[in-house]
Amino acid sequence: MYSTSNHSWTPSAMKRKTSITSSPYFVYVLVSPLFLVLLAYVIYPLFQTFIESAQIDGTFSLQNYLEFFSLKNTSNLEALWTSIYISILSVITCGIVGVGMAFLLERYEFPGRKILSVLVMVPMSLPPLIGVLSFEFLYGKSGIIPRAFQAWLGLNEVPFALSGITGVLVVHTFTMYTYFYMTASAAIKGLDPSLEEAAASLGASRFYIWRRVILPMLTPAMVASSLLVFMISMASYTAPLIFGVERTMTMQIYLSRTNGDLDMAATQSTILSIVSILFLLIMRWYQNIRNYQNMSKGISVHRTEVKSKVGKYVAMILSLIGVMILLLPILVLVLLSFSVDGSWTVEVLPTEYTLNHYIELFTDSRTWRPIANSFEMSMIATIGNILFGVAAAYAAVRLKFKGKTLLDVLIMIPWALPGTVVGINLIAAFSEPSVFSLNQVLVGTFWIIPLAYFVRHLPLVFRSTSAVLLQMDRSAEEAARSLGASWWYSFRRVVFPMAFSGILVGALLAFVQGIGEFVASILIYTSETVPISVEIFQRMYAFEFGTACAYGVLQILLILIVLFISQKVSGNNNITV
Amino acid sequence: MPNLYEGAGILTNVKLDHVSKYFDKVIGVENIDVEIRSGEFFTFLGPSGCGKTTTLRMIAGFYYPTSGRIFFGDQDVTYLPPNKRNIGMVFQNYALFPHLTVFENVAFGLQVRKKSKQEIREKVERALKMVHLDGYGNRRIDQLSGGQQQRVALARALVIEPQILLLDEPLSNLDAKLREETRVEIKRLQLELGITTIYVTHDQAEAMAMSDRIMVMKNGVVQQVGTPEEIYNRPNNQFVASFIGESNLLEGTVEEMDDRLVKVRISPELVLSGWKENAAPGVQLKKGEKTTVSIRPESIREASSSEQGEENVVRGQVTLSEFTGVSVNYLTRVGEHQLKSMFVNRGFRVYQRGEELTISIPKESVYFLG
Ligand SMILES: Nc1ncnc2c1ncn2[C@@H]1O[C@H](COP(=O)(O)OP(=O)(O)O)[C@@H](O)[C@H]1O
Ligand SMILES: [Mg+2]
Repeated sequence: MYSTSNHSWTPSAMKRKTSITSSPYFVYVLVSPLFLVLLAYVIYPLFQTFIESAQIDGTFSLQNYLEFFSLKNTSNLEALWTSIYISILSVITCGIVGVGMAFLLERYEFPGRKILSVLVMVPMSLPPLIGVLSFEFLYGKSGIIPRAFQAWLGLNEVPFALSGITGVLVVHTFTMYTYFYMTASAAIKGLDPSLEEAAASLGASRFYIWRRVILPMLTPAMVASSLLVFMISMASYTAPLIFGVERTMTMQIYLSRTNGDLDMAATQSTILSIVSILFLLIMRWYQNIRNYQNMSKGISVHRTEVKSKVGKYVAMILSLIGVMILLLPILVLVLLSFSVDGSWTVEVLPTEYTLNHYIELFTDSRTWRPIANSFEMSMIATIGNILFGVAAAYAAVRLKFKGKTLLDVLIMIPWALPGTVVGINLIAAFSEPSVFSLNQVLVGTFWIIPLAYFVRHLPLVFRSTSAVLLQMDRSAEEAARSLGASWWYSFRRVVFPMAFSGILVGALLAFVQGIGEFVASILIYTSETVPISVEIFQRMYAFEFGTACAYGVLQILLILIVLFISQKVSGNNNITV
Repeated sequence: MPNLYEGAGILTNVKLDHVSKYFDKVIGVENIDVEIRSGEFFTFLGPSGCGKTTTLRMIAGFYYPTSGRIFFGDQDVTYLPPNKRNIGMVFQNYALFPHLTVFENVAFGLQVRKKSKQEIREKVERALKMVHLDGYGNRRIDQLSGGQQQRVALARALVIEPQILLLDEPLSNLDAKLREETRVEIKRLQLELGITTIYVTHDQAEAMAMSDRIMVMKNGVVQQVGTPEEIYNRPNNQFVASFIGESNLLEGTVEEMDDRLVKVRISPELVLSGWKENAAPGVQLKKGEKTTVSIRPESIREASSSEQGEENVVRGQVTLSEFTGVSVNYLTRVGEHQLKSMFVNRGFRVYQRGEELTISIPKESVYFLG
């Protein structure tokens, strides 16, 4: 330990053995601010929430938990159960769609494949609230598609409509199948075709090869995505909110909070936190288990061409339907963003159109305000994320100290926690002055939302930066040091420029996520600090669909720009976030 | 030695009947017409990209020929899917199933064939014993060394008692010493089982050491088919002569010719005579015309300076002297040519660079390539 830290520090430090920087404990001085930030804004709020849930009138009591699990009023247990079963069903539907798409696009050549494989990631570009709203506009009770069928078939009522749990499931499938798609298509790309050939040469039929070779090899990727989708579904708040499913954990927390029952909200939050952190730990544990993909190199892609005439037509029609489903949510938002507010009531499509919403976005100060708010708050949070993320990534990749795993887990916890829980935690922690808030009350001020964004997006810059640092050849930094550069000089001139692409990708992502954030904001915003998503939500309920959708289109545009830049910047560098 | 082949007589010959394979416009192989005899160790040899793998994959059923037919015995298998062919194949990267143990890998083909548990256990254990991996059944694949993985792949291919064993550059991922050992092992197994074996390699030494017959290929076209001796001693063309072993290829003009002897002038200082019948098939030697002569380095011997002036004896200056222990290799400049020669080390004096050396080229070692 002593010699390694000496070695990795400056050669001049070796001459001055007595200097503080050559002490093996100096590294802990360096990483302690990181742990302090995590303690202040992750651990302490979690702990405060727990305290709140386990106290009644200042004395320790498990009364709240007894109430939660009480069989007399089962609404909490029902909510827990509903959350779990929605999550399980979401895993199943996302798995089927995601893995199916991955196989179709990676293994078959058919008319429409190219466009489908571009559009397949579209759901990633929808901010959570916007995604759900577009589904409500398209397929809800007064949605365009059901009304179109009603008009076409001449019925008195809409023949079908998305609502309740089905609605939640459909939205989950649409927005989360990409997690399965991404891991499955990476795994399929990594499948060595000679394994299938080996099986065939041993006499195995197509079906047998699937059962005994392909599926078992994909299992690790599928388990990982299942855990992820389960976790995100448990945290889902917007879909149940819009489709009116009140008995889910996140909705219960929200309702308890708005009813002023903070103790119950804290209890529900603590229980949901435990579930989420448990899943995070299972995922980490599972990811450390060997996966099979990287055993052989030099893999060539081979796609089976769909040759038969019938097959081609079927493929073409299905691709077309797929393209429509993927594009409609964006198209409907664009269409509605031009509709005159209040003009769309019982018709299939809005009847009056205007450009005014877009003009107002930037000219009307009342409409501009949320945009300015969101930009400002997200920017502040992102700067915090960059400072923290780069330092933490450098520490995790380059320094040697005990507690690295702890650092990693602590950074990932806010990502695993539902936004609702993050909101409740911050309320619990910062409704009163504390050392971590410089003796200020933060709840009800401007600073609480940037803090929430900072916490929610803590892992983004960290992960993208550590990914590039891990790939980066360490000897470049060592060469700089050997040429006489100080640690700071080589960091500035060598490490930072080389890691820049990773930092930028993570920072942009954190920034747009902040712009789209809804779940935590809705709990902690003030009338002064309304962010875009909350404004969209309020406009929706004021039936100002046009303005709401114009905001939404703006958010989508921002995301597309960021995705485009990230793709350009990261190029072949595999920056995984 | 446990014998896998209880049911003898399942061996078969393989016939490629004017087989060509194009990838769109790119030529994979062109017009291959060859018969691999039952029980033979047959090698496809050629530089990378010459079409060896393509040919092997057509035999395995992973590619279908663009034209021509493939027969196993009397059965036309041209379009038979690979899982119906009863072949054993060993892949270059072994293609072992990483999610299965050694035992399960070897058992895979038997499970496909729905053999009883009892039979599978017996056969797998026998196969593992055969490749000296008894006791390794429960290991995971990534717990094995490269050589052991190779032997698992071999056991997996052989345990299904295939009619034909196909091996695609099976030694190319092993280091030199292991390659040597595994080469001997594969040959031993093949001899003991007597199985028809098709072996792909770009390493001519490997091909020469193992094969009953070799098919030499270049750019998708067969150059020569023959035993190692035939290929080495009577190469069909310059490509074969230079690809297999080393050779001095010298261009010259036929100066004199009678019924038995041909005299070729390579340069003013170098005139060689050789036997007329010592020529590649189809070569027509005519007085005054150009021809190419091939001389193997090891056929050249050191001559005493008193022999100088006799036929095929020349004197030159050593430009490179290489002592390898087994032999001494020289490059000797004669006029504008550099002649490679190799003398087995019997304790002769070693000439140094710059010294004069007299060499003699036996008439029977002068081979006319046309
Ligand atoms: N699947 C394929 N698609 C297109 N061209 C191929 C394919 N497989 C092989 N080829 C071409 O066919 C030729 C022979 O290749 P191959 O049989 O792999 O050579 P070898 O095994 O002798 O190195 C090469 O020019 C190669 O580029
Ligand atoms: Mg090959």
